[in-house]
Amino acid sequence: MANFAIMRSGLTLAAIAAVCTTLVAFTYQLTDERIEANEQAWLEQSLQPALSGLFFDSGVSESVVTIPAPHELPGSEDAIIYRVYSGETPVAALFVVSARDGYAGAIKMLVGVDINGAVTGVHVLAHRETPGLGDRIESTKSDWVRQFNGRSLQDPEGDGWKIRRDGGEFDQLTGASGTPRAAVKAIRETLQYFDANAVAIFSAAADQEDEVSE
Amino acid sequence: MTTPTLIDRFKAGLWYENPGLVQLLGICPLLAVTSTFINGLGLGIATLSVLVVSNALVSATRRLIRSEIRIPIYVLIIASLVTCTELIFKAWFPVLDRSLGIFIPLIVTNCAIVARAEVFASRNPIGSSIVDGLVMGTGFAFLLMGIGIFREIVALGWMMAILPPGAFFSLALAIAAKNTIDRRRQEKRANALPRRARRANR
Repeated sequence: MANFAIMRSGLTLAAIAAVCTTLVAFTYQLTDERIEANEQAWLEQSLQPALSGLFFDSGVSESVVTIPAPHELPGSEDAIIYRVYSGETPVAALFVVSARDGYAGAIKMLVGVDINGAVTGVHVLAHRETPGLGDRIESTKSDWVRQFNGRSLQDPEGDGWKIRRDGGEFDQLTGASGTPRAAVKAIRETLQYFDANAVAIFSAAADQEDEVSE
Repeated sequence: MTTPTLIDRFKAGLWYENPGLVQLLGICPLLAVTSTFINGLGLGIATLSVLVVSNALVSATRRLIRSEIRIPIYVLIIASLVTCTELIFKAWFPVLDRSLGIFIPLIVTNCAIVARAEVFASRNPIGSSIVDGLVMGTGFAFLLMGIGIFREIVALGWMMAILPPGAFFSLALAIAAKNTIDRRRQEKRANALPRRARRANR
């Protein structure tokens, strides 16, 4: 008898699990396309702040190159590069990089570099710096990241790419020097990478779009 | 005992048995997302819809389910519903979804939902259970929105209100306010009673 009870419970559980799974699968089918479109739109929107003062075609997120780690760019994960075009002409590249040596872990940044090697904008995507001190690297909290706009490896040259305290040309943040130091270093490395690999970046084949084909 | 009317049940959900103020259930999401009115509204609606549907399903299956396996079944039902809700939010309210973030999937852990399944829906007919989900969910949603508005307004003058500690202060104030109002009413009733009793004795 006990066996019968266990069997019955098991079957009830299985039946309800099947019904619940069907429900989730059905909802997924219903929402899948919209969710993907939303995520695409969100990505496009979040790339904008790193592309100030440029004319470019929409659909920035469509031409992506992924550089598998290890690579010369800052960060230990695979690097993502979005290529930005105006018509057929490449105008800029957007790098998703992470400065590993922040005060509290990696600082994930979006660095835009135009075709001449000048910064078009830096946007901090994610970080765990101290609120009120290091978090002023966020564009919504202070103007600090805007000082890089228009700067390149020739402006300033060489060791100018450091914060003032280290003898460079860039402002630090009062009370936090680890954070800006890491950010400046990451931006500089990104520019150096672009300088050395610009041709390769724009001639590389774009990643295959993983289209959901059913 | 007479069956409570719809109005009585709404009063219970919104006030006398409010899941947040009285039962102190679901405090974690309550504290975490109420930094703005709109977040409170979003999570309130999400929790409300999960609660109504989960009560309906638990009540509909209550005769099929042996009591030993009822908890895993509640978990299954609630988890699936929350997953569906999350997908729906991502598809139709992407902005709200981003600002609520992890707290939509975390509705799973809102004990108010399991509590209503166990205490109410598993023992009552489906119609009544849906009403219960509706009133309890509404009570919870109103509390979320109320605290959201309160924190947004206070934050204009006192930044602390929008930070995590502000959530604790706000909830404490809300509970204190409710208890004060209840006590005043009770005192009034207690004062009014003897007079009425005297009149009746005359």
